[in-house]
Amino acid sequence: MAGHILLIEDEPNIAEAIRFLLGRDGWQVTVLTTGQGAIAEIARLCPQLVILDLMLPVRSGLQILTDIRADPATQDLPVLMLTAKGQERDREAALAAGVSNFMTKPFDNKEMCAAVRTLMGGD
Amino acid sequence: MVAALSGSKLRARRMALGLRQGDVAQAAGLSASYLNLIEHNRRRVPPDVLSRLAAALSDTPEAFADGGGGAALDDLRAVALAWPAAEFARTDEFAQRFPGWAEAVLAMHHRSMAQEAAIAAVNDRMSHDPHLSASLHEVLSAVASVRSTSVILAETDDLEPEWQARFMRNLDQDSARLAKGAEALVRYLDSGGQIDAQGSASPQEEVEAWASGLDWQIASADIPSALSASARDMARALQGDIRADHASLPNAAFRAAIAAHGPDPLAIASALSAPPFAAFRRLAFAPDLGLGLVACDGSGTLVLRRPIPGFSLPRFGAACPLWPLFTALARPMQAIEAVVEVGAAIPNAPRFSLRAFGMASHPAGFGGPELRRAMMLIIPASAQAAPVQGVGATCRTCLRTHCPARREPSILAGAPERNSAPNSGL
Repeated sequence: MAGHILLIEDEPNIAEAIRFLLGRDGWQVTVLTTGQGAIAEIARLCPQLVILDLMLPVRSGLQILTDIRADPATQDLPVLMLTAKGQERDREAALAAGVSNFMTKPFDNKEMCAAVRTLMGGD
Repeated sequence: MVAALSGSKLRARRMALGLRQGDVAQAAGLSASYLNLIEHNRRRVPPDVLSRLAAALSDTPEAFADGGGGAALDDLRAVALAWPAAEFARTDEFAQRFPGWAEAVLAMHHRSMAQEAAIAAVNDRMSHDPHLSASLHEVLSAVASVRSTSVILAETDDLEPEWQARFMRNLDQDSARLAKGAEALVRYLDSGGQIDAQGSASPQEEVEAWASGLDWQIASADIPSALSASARDMARALQGDIRADHASLPNAAFRAAIAAHGPDPLAIASALSAPPFAAFRRLAFAPDLGLGLVACDGSGTLVLRRPIPGFSLPRFGAACPLWPLFTALARPMQAIEAVVEVGAAIPNAPRFSLRAFGMASHPAGFGGPELRRAMMLIIPASAQAAPVQGVGATCRTCLRTHCPARREPSILAGAPERNSAPNSGL
C-alpha cells in the first residue's frame, strides 16, 4: 500500500503540482487547504508524513507543528515545512519546534520528491 | 515565438510518414536511443547525421535545419542556467513544445528578477512589517507555482491531456496573479495610507498611521500609549503645531479666506497675517477639502506625509526630484507651483496642482546653522489643467523610464537592463 502524505497548503496550484509530483512517485496525497482542523485530520488519516505550508489561513504552520509535537501520538511524525525566502526567523522558530526538514519556495521538483522519499524512509 | 528545432521537425516528419523510430534509426545508421534523444532536442544533430536522417525521411537536410530561436531561446537558456537544478539540456525541448508558455516563463522570470531585487532591499524590513510580508508571500507563492508547473510540463513526456490542460490553466492563472501581486506590492511600497500602528516601523510612520486613522483631526485627541515613546513625542509636537495653526487661523476667518482666495496657502497666510506653513497645514488637514501635504527638511527627507488618492508618497527612500517641493527647498521664500501627472503617461491620467514654499530659519542665531524646511500642498486638478509636468513618487516605482532626473532603475519596467540608464549624479 502506498504511503500516505497529508499536504496542508492553501495555494491550490502549488498543492496541485505537489500532488501530481508525489502521486507519480507512488504516494497517496490528501490535500488540506487550511490550517483549521489540521490536527483532527492528522488523527483521522494517520499519514506517514505531513507537508506543511508555513503561512496558512486560520492556523499557522508553526502552530500546527507545535500541536503535532505536543501530542505523544504524533510527536515523531515527519513534517516537511514549506517556507518562502525572507522567512528565516520563522524557519528558526520551526526548527526549534521540531520540524523535520524545509523546502523553500520556489522549490525544485526533484528536490521536493527526494526530500519526501527520505522522510518516508526511502533513501 | 521560439522557432522550431531540428529534432522536433525530424520527429514530426517521421510521424507524418508513419515510420517507426527504430526503422528510421537503422536506415540512418544510428541507434534508436540516439535518435530518440535527437528527436526530443536533447542532442544537437551533426551535419552528416542530419543528412542521413533526411535521406531516411525522403527529404533534404535543409528541411530540418534548426530554426534557431534567437534571443528568446538564449534568454530561456539563461533562465535554465540561473536555476542550478533545472534541466539545461532540455531547454530547447521545453521551448519547442510550449513556445507560448516558454515566452510567458521568460517574461515572468524577468519580472521575478526585478522583484528579487526589491525583496533584497526590504528583506530586513519583512520581519517587522506584516503587510509587506504578506505581499511578498503572495508573489513568491505565484513564482513557486509557475516554476513547479512549468517544469512538470517540460519534463513529463506522457502527461495526460487532462493534467496538461489543468496545468496550462494554472500557469495562466498564476501569471495573472503574479502581475497583480507585483502591482499590489508596488502600491503598498508607494502608499503611506495603508499602514497601521502595529505595522509601522518608524516613529514617523506610527504618528502618520495614528493621525490617518483620525482623518488627521488630532488637535485634541489622546495620544495612544501603544505608540512608541519617540512617536508620542513627535505626535505631541505635531499637535502643538496644529493648535498653533488654529490659533493663528481661526475657523471663521480661515473659511472666509478660502472663499476669497481658494486653496492658496500663501494668499491665506498673507490675508490673515499667519505663518505660511500654518496655512499649508490648515488646508491639508481640513477634512472637507480633500487635499494632501508633504513636508521635508533641509536634507530633502520627507518629515510629514498626508497622502490623497492618486498621488503616491513614498514610504521609504527619497521622493521624485521633480516635485516642486525640492525646488522650493532650494529657493526659499519663492512660491513654486506646477500642474503634474503622476506615474505612467496615459490618456486622462489624474492631474494635480502642486503648490510649494520653502523657508530658512536660524534658531541659534548668527552663530548657528541655517535650517530649511519646505511644504507642498497637493490639490486635485482638472484633466484639462495645463501645462503639465510628469512626475513620480520615487524612482524605484516610477514608470517614466526616460526621465532625465532618474537616480536608479525602476523595479517595474521589466528586466533591469531594459530601464533607462540612471543619471550619474555628476
